[in-house]
Amino acid sequence: MDPYDVAVIGAGPGGYVCAFRAAQLGLKVALIDKRPTLGGTCLNVGCIPSKALLYSSEQLVFARDHAASHGIRTGPVSPDIDTLLKRKDAVVARLVGGVATLAKARKVAVYQGEAEFASPAALTVKGPGGTVSISAKNFVIATGSAPMELPFMKFDGGTVVSSDHAIAFERVPSSLVVVGGGAIGVELGSVWARLGSDVTIVEFLPKIVAGFDDDIVRTFSRLLQKQGIKIETGAKVTGMRTDGARPVLLADRDGKSLEFPAEKVLVAVGRRPYTDGLGLDRAGVTLDEKKRVIVDGHLRTRAPGIWAIGDVVAGPMLAHKAEEDGAAAAEWIAGKAGHIDWGLVPSVVYTEPEVASVGLGEDAAKAGAIAVNVGRFNFAANGRAIANDSTDGFAKIVADSRTDRILGAQILGRGAGELIAEVVTHMVYGGSAEDLGRTIHAHPTMSEAIKEAGLAVSKSAIHAI
Amino acid sequence: MGESISTGILAKWHVKSGDSVKRDQPLFELETDKITSEGNAEASGVITLKVEAGAEVKIGQVVASIEEGAGTSPPAEEKPAAPKPASAPDPAPQPKEAAPAARSPAVRRLAEETGVDPAAVAGTGKGGRVTKGDMISAAEPATRPTGAPTPTPAPPAAAAVAQPGARQTRKKLTPLRQRIAERLVSAQHDAALLTTFNEVDMSAVMELRKKYQEDFVKRNGLKLGFMSFFVKAVVQALREVPSINTQIEGDMLVQNHFYDIGVAVSTEKGLMVPVIRNCDALGMAGIEKAITDAAGRAREGKITLADLEGGVFTITNGGTFGSLLSTPIINPPQSAILGMHAINDRPVAIGGQVVIRPMMYLALTYDHRLVDGREAVTFLVKVKQEIEDPSRLLLGL
Repeated sequence: MDPYDVAVIGAGPGGYVCAFRAAQLGLKVALIDKRPTLGGTCLNVGCIPSKALLYSSEQLVFARDHAASHGIRTGPVSPDIDTLLKRKDAVVARLVGGVATLAKARKVAVYQGEAEFASPAALTVKGPGGTVSISAKNFVIATGSAPMELPFMKFDGGTVVSSDHAIAFERVPSSLVVVGGGAIGVELGSVWARLGSDVTIVEFLPKIVAGFDDDIVRTFSRLLQKQGIKIETGAKVTGMRTDGARPVLLADRDGKSLEFPAEKVLVAVGRRPYTDGLGLDRAGVTLDEKKRVIVDGHLRTRAPGIWAIGDVVAGPMLAHKAEEDGAAAAEWIAGKAGHIDWGLVPSVVYTEPEVASVGLGEDAAKAGAIAVNVGRFNFAANGRAIANDSTDGFAKIVADSRTDRILGAQILGRGAGELIAEVVTHMVYGGSAEDLGRTIHAHPTMSEAIKEAGLAVSKSAIHAI
Repeated sequence: MGESISTGILAKWHVKSGDSVKRDQPLFELETDKITSEGNAEASGVITLKVEAGAEVKIGQVVASIEEGAGTSPPAEEKPAAPKPASAPDPAPQPKEAAPAARSPAVRRLAEETGVDPAAVAGTGKGGRVTKGDMISAAEPATRPTGAPTPTPAPPAAAAVAQPGARQTRKKLTPLRQRIAERLVSAQHDAALLTTFNEVDMSAVMELRKKYQEDFVKRNGLKLGFMSFFVKAVVQALREVPSINTQIEGDMLVQNHFYDIGVAVSTEKGLMVPVIRNCDALGMAGIEKAITDAAGRAREGKITLADLEGGVFTITNGGTFGSLLSTPIINPPQSAILGMHAINDRPVAIGGQVVIRPMMYLALTYDHRLVDGREAVTFLVKVKQEIEDPSRLLLGL
């Protein structure tokens, strides 16, 4: 068989985008994944199923806690976990089916199996139907990442679980301790708290979602606490013991030991790049100290013709970043001008309210002695937010004090993940806060708060004092 | 072209589209921040202009193409050098309605408020887009007061836009004007400028000129002016006070051992300072001739960059415009500049008597970082002595 132009290992958002883009550019493409379905972690066990659960659980909260105040009479409200999980599975099935359809339409050859470099020019793929050898002129390592384990409390799928399990609890645990207050931890913690679990988030750092500014995190933490989630920061998890049949998570804060009894413990302390068992040494691909594939500015590994993208290389482990990597790598492989703004990767936590950021934060600007002006606008002063019961939170725009160029934004509020997009767009084109403030936003929308935050940079917000 | 020059104004076309041109025929006048030069045809043929007069052009940009001959078809010769991509937008400042939507709202506001044309600004945004920051930077030198008392006539209008009844008109600063502004402001920012004054009795020099003018003209074919006396006097004074002939380079003090003196010449395109080389070795006639040549070339716009660089000291004569007294600004990295002024009959006390003498005020602006007040005063007194008693010049005293 003729070698492929490109063989992509891993069919997550990075891998399948890379494969599709390469196919669009006329290359002969193979796409390999060990899962029977395409879409990788994101579509199968990550972003998408957790969003389905977040949405469903939010509807439950509305029906249970808020419907009456809107004049909607309901009977007793309770979750039906079986239906909820089935709906989540249907969402996933629809999306992974869609990706498979696209792969077929683009004539991408899909292989199921675990791929391993046999040489720098060929892969061995061990699949359910046997072993095949795939040779290609270019390879793209898009194997993504896997949940990181704590060495002293490994995942057992029952008590100590990863996010893979926590999207599929068959019943609501009476109590859940979440180790790690990052995006995954607070999202899944939110899901089960809404569904009735007693949730405690235990975070090692002084604050949860540590990438965001202090003021955002303070307000966000308060809002989560109002929803019944307990937050324990500055606590280092040391181990577990069992109290009769009941597991207890042990932690240490400033020399004082803490105990968190829980039915289940979700460990969400991060993800590790998936580089084991790929035969990378045989291919001449090198790893850094965190076992990430070392690549240059064009995503090329040290081995000629072998590229790497997404979670498996340095940078934020985010699906949308992986997608950009994948598209650019395909373009570079095809000899075209790929392009990625690695400095403009938005980051979103899909809780209620959502938290979103891009670029430089106010705290980072202060720490780096960068002269900035910051504009802030509260959703409490936004008409649509009031009408929608969405007055929690605020938007912040950080702009260069001399040129007014937008350097970053942080938004806490319902739909923040959608609202951040326009700031990213302004930033991509070198836009200033004034540009944002002079762009017409439909009224009444939440997005007007973004415009007002842009105006607030020059202290000219209309609906603020 | 100097490496610092990247853009210019295509001030004037000598030909129009469809004209037949000959190889080396002058086609256009290009005004850059330093000099105005002519562009010549690189081939013979029929020319098509691609840029309007008054437009800002980049060095290397194609401003016209020449279709050579007719029958046989060698590819059209393009002028001047590196061809721009076919899709590149025409940089000529078009009427306002040309694609205003492509500018961000803040850029549009700044364009209106500052008069800075975004088309003339190098963009740092995606795909070279002009950002608000670019506009702020571009507006800075233009809106900052230059504080220049030097009487320099404004360069000719590049493309003045006047509306009927307008109380103001706006036109783009020419690169020459921008360069002058930049240099003057940087001189005031970077140096510790101080001016010392004196007055000089011009009787002896005027007497000498009167007495020998005819012979001088007969022999040299040009008139004996005042400037050559001052150039020679300055050379003598520089010898006496070498600290005036120094400059700062980074953290180094550079002592010059040569006497290349810049003489400010006013032209209709602005102030030029051609440098007269080795003034210590030139006689009075040689200096007069060099000044006349340089001034002539400056006024014709034919001066080259080399003519303007490397001076150690500058003399400017505001007196030609009637200035009684002014404080000139030094020409960096030089450390001092001598200002000559109008000669007026004034009563002065000489030997206990009030007499009427043709007097001129002298001003020496110097960089106090390098030159002490005593040295500056000594220098100026030396110039005064030489002018008041020109036989000292002869004897090298």
